[in-house]
Amino acid sequence: MITSISISHVWVFDQDEALDFYVGKLGLEVSADMEIGGAMRWLTVRPKGVTDREILLEKVAPPSVDPDAAAKIRELISKGASGFSVGFVTPDANALFQELKSKGVEITEEPTVQMYGTDFAVRDPFGNHIRLVQPAAGFAGA
Amino acid sequence: MHDVGVPTATRSTGDSATLTQTEARNRTMLRARDTMDRSFELPLDVPSLAASAGCSEAHFIRTFKDVFGETPHRYLQRRRVERAMYLLRETQASVTDVCFDVGFNSLGTFSRTFKDITRLTPTQFRSRYQPVAAVPTCFAMAWARPSSFGEASRGQPQYSDSTATTSGCAEAEEGKA
Repeated sequence: MITSISISHVWVFDQDEALDFYVGKLGLEVSADMEIGGAMRWLTVRPKGVTDREILLEKVAPPSVDPDAAAKIRELISKGASGFSVGFVTPDANALFQELKSKGVEITEEPTVQMYGTDFAVRDPFGNHIRLVQPAAGFAGA
Repeated sequence: MHDVGVPTATRSTGDSATLTQTEARNRTMLRARDTMDRSFELPLDVPSLAASAGCSEAHFIRTFKDVFGETPHRYLQRRRVERAMYLLRETQASVTDVCFDVGFNSLGTFSRTFKDITRLTPTQFRSRYQPVAAVPTCFAMAWARPSSFGEASRGQPQYSDSTATTSGCAEAEEGKA
């Protein structure tokens, strides 16, 4: 039986830029940042105070993937082909929208009232699609 | 892969500094496509999208097609038809209202484009499809977008819609024959 989700994954092109975006702009916190043997850097972030779930920010680069695959993955992400990467929950979508907008985050969709809540969408510096939702009663995260 | 240059001025300050020229081009074209997804109902035109991408109209059309495999105009028409399909399924708005709500400025163009893509008139479509379950709009917009344009008339309906009833599909098949 699987009981919860512990780690999700997002490809990034540069882990320092990813930190600047996911921590500096979105307001997440670092849960682990370990360099192991030079090339490998285990970098995870999570919403502040959330201890049972993290997002692995993995660099698209050799030796994890071969150089040709890395180039292809980067090209696909930069054209928005990485799909729906992460959905975050917020108690106030409009306030968060204003905050992220003022920080220069690329907004792809302004807050919209849906039957599952109020949500908006942004892209990270690499092209990954992220949604932020203030859930309506009865929906996940409410 | 040949690289199409993007003027430095069009690179967003939010973009990764590590982007190659091809990736920067992709991000610029993605930004134009995101604008179409967000503002499809506005009188968007290719010249203004090209201007916001910082390139000439011809260069914009060619580059967009290189990246996404279709022209910006065709992408926008598919986006508008997808939103029209949504409104026809989910609301009681008249076909005329739907036409203008999704950004078409002529009922004739709307009906012709809708039928080219779905092989059904808007009224036929409404009678055969029902509301879908609540999923994030972006997800529905990505997956319910008709994948064909025009060439649909040569084969199966190209859109996918999990709400299609068996009888609805059967009728569509009979209609084709």
